[in-house]
Amino acid sequence: MATTTLEQLLSAKEVVVTCGAGGVGKTTTAAALATMAALHLGGRVLVLTIDPARRLADALGLEGIGNEERRVGPKAFAAAGLKPRGELWAAMLDTKASWDDLIRQHAPDPRTRDAILANPLYDNITARFVQSHDYIAMERLHELHASGRYDLIVVDTPPSRNALDFLDAPDRMEEFFGGRLLRWLTAPMRNRVVGAASRPFLTIADRVLGARFLQDIAEFFTLMQSMEKGFVDRARSVSALMADARTAFCVVTTLETAPAREAAFFVAELRRRGLPLGAVIVNKALPEWLLDAGPSAVAARFCDAPGPLAAAVRDVVGAPKGRVRRVLAEVGESFANYAVVAAREAEQRAELATGADVLVTVPVLDEPVNDLAGLVRLGRCCWR
Amino acid sequence: MTEPVGGGRPLIGPRLIEHSLLFVTGKGGVGKTTIAAALAIHAAAAGKRVLACEVDAKGTLAAAFEAGPLGFEPRPVHPGIDAMAMDTEDSLREYLRLYVHLPLLARIGPLARTFDFVADAAPGVKEILTVGKVCYEVREEHYDLVVVDAAASGHIAGQLSAPWTINDLVQVGLVRDQTRWMTDILADPAQTGVVVVTTAEELPVVETLDLLELLGATVPVAVAAVIVNRVLPELFTRVDEELFAALRTPAAVGALAAAGGAQAGDVMQVLDAAALAVALRRERAGNLAMLQERLRPGLGMVLVPELFARSHGKRAVMQVAEALSEELS
Repeated sequence: MATTTLEQLLSAKEVVVTCGAGGVGKTTTAAALATMAALHLGGRVLVLTIDPARRLADALGLEGIGNEERRVGPKAFAAAGLKPRGELWAAMLDTKASWDDLIRQHAPDPRTRDAILANPLYDNITARFVQSHDYIAMERLHELHASGRYDLIVVDTPPSRNALDFLDAPDRMEEFFGGRLLRWLTAPMRNRVVGAASRPFLTIADRVLGARFLQDIAEFFTLMQSMEKGFVDRARSVSALMADARTAFCVVTTLETAPAREAAFFVAELRRRGLPLGAVIVNKALPEWLLDAGPSAVAARFCDAPGPLAAAVRDVVGAPKGRVRRVLAEVGESFANYAVVAAREAEQRAELATGADVLVTVPVLDEPVNDLAGLVRLGRCCWR
Repeated sequence: MTEPVGGGRPLIGPRLIEHSLLFVTGKGGVGKTTIAAALAIHAAAAGKRVLACEVDAKGTLAAAFEAGPLGFEPRPVHPGIDAMAMDTEDSLREYLRLYVHLPLLARIGPLARTFDFVADAAPGVKEILTVGKVCYEVREEHYDLVVVDAAASGHIAGQLSAPWTINDLVQVGLVRDQTRWMTDILADPAQTGVVVVTTAEELPVVETLDLLELLGATVPVAVAAVIVNRVLPELFTRVDEELFAALRTPAAVGALAAAGGAQAGDVMQVLDAAALAVALRRERAGNLAMLQERLRPGLGMVLVPELFARSHGKRAVMQVAEALSEELS
């Protein structure tokens, strides 16, 4: 039987990765999926989130806990009138703390560990720069999955500059450690013999960046090289896990032009890489009945000829005809405005529909999602 | 009461386009690129020679001008506006050509690979090549105004502070000498400003406040404006809202349906659509009030209305530019 709902999809997976453009509700969607899975599928479900809004963090009991996984207790569910079959756990990715843990855990000896943590480049590379974020998210996922503590892990991906950068992070790390360039750069430190091939590079780098800086870099990467094998091995496992049948990607989008274009790109890119696209989740969609002929005709009457309608209803509502007219015209115009947007959205949805087996739509919600009940409200819109 | 956020003494309101360099940032999905393009059009209409620069090489700025793919070499996309797409490798080439007169440059065939490596290894290299290029354009005065469709709010602080970061890390060398004139341009509120774009939805507003705080604390570049995009129209006054509620009762819906020869269900849906519009507007008005309250006095919000545009192409951008001009004048 073909998988047609998120419930079916999630019941068969161990890792679900949500990806999509910024601002489409990716983090909230990831939290909602995990909540629904804990509620209906049972087992231990973890949502690994990157940067939740404060109120969502509050709702999940994540405020201030950083890297450590924490259970969203039965009390929180009870307060929302819910009785989950399984357990919901949540963790937030703290890039800096994760790097520190990684170094502490895998450094070959205390001297190397301390030298790395004290290197002037270490903080900058780990805390500020985007790819380190991507990489550490993958490391963390690997660690959590390998621990076997969870039946399902829902991962919210970092807001990447380029859509699927995070997927390249393991490969890049492997390339990086295996690459000739690292050997070129670290060569002067090791034996002071510089091959002919690296000379132009070093000459330029020296002129542009200064020798001291190069030395800092060289030292840092020489130290990091002592952990090469571990990095490369884990990077390979993560890449394998991403392509595994136990993993599914959920592309989250809205129907606005730019995010929808990016979503279409994600879908194509996942296919090109042979990665399993599980579902496309459309968020914040306007109601489709905005395009129906019946209400459209009524709205047109409200705009064009509100007079007779106002006359018919003024006694019922007990207001002067002029005011009723004005309000009806306003209502009609608003409908027409939103219908324009809905028409644009319908086109985008039709394009996206060709991409995935599971395409679900979450309507625009008239209040923000900031607690467990809100997550469930969102989740119910797209679960079955 | 929290401290107001957003530092410096920037050129605001109508004087916004008197800057030489504007970095337009904002949370993903708020229309950052559209606003950047609209700002460029607004400035060009006021007689400025404008360079619009896309940093994230996604092609969205090109799409906003319906101009086909952009390259590192600026080219005209609209009267008074040239546009370019940042390419840090080209920027490095240009930099090396200008400052490092090495004959062996010709021999660096696989520059891309080398460059990728350096950019990964040395923090801030990509950022400084981006910021350096736009600062260079400002210094050379090829244009009156450079509008940068910059990194999204998560990365803008790293991008803008790259020259300072490099300054801290690199003790000697050409790069260090080069960062000084960049920081002079960037830190001067009469030349350089950050424009933060947001919508009135909760998350973008919260992120905007966080960003203003972060910029104020860590980046010596002034915030010149907060532009709220796609502000929904106010449908009713308070009195009219009561009337609207009365219109949604079954008796009123029935009367309207009978008078219009329509189904009651269709009438109800039209009213429901307005109720949704009111609810969305109300939720956002609360967020706007919170934003307004927390902004540093003098740093006003510029509100650009939702235009319910049919397309997202250049026509829509022109409409936004028009609305923006009205708000700024």
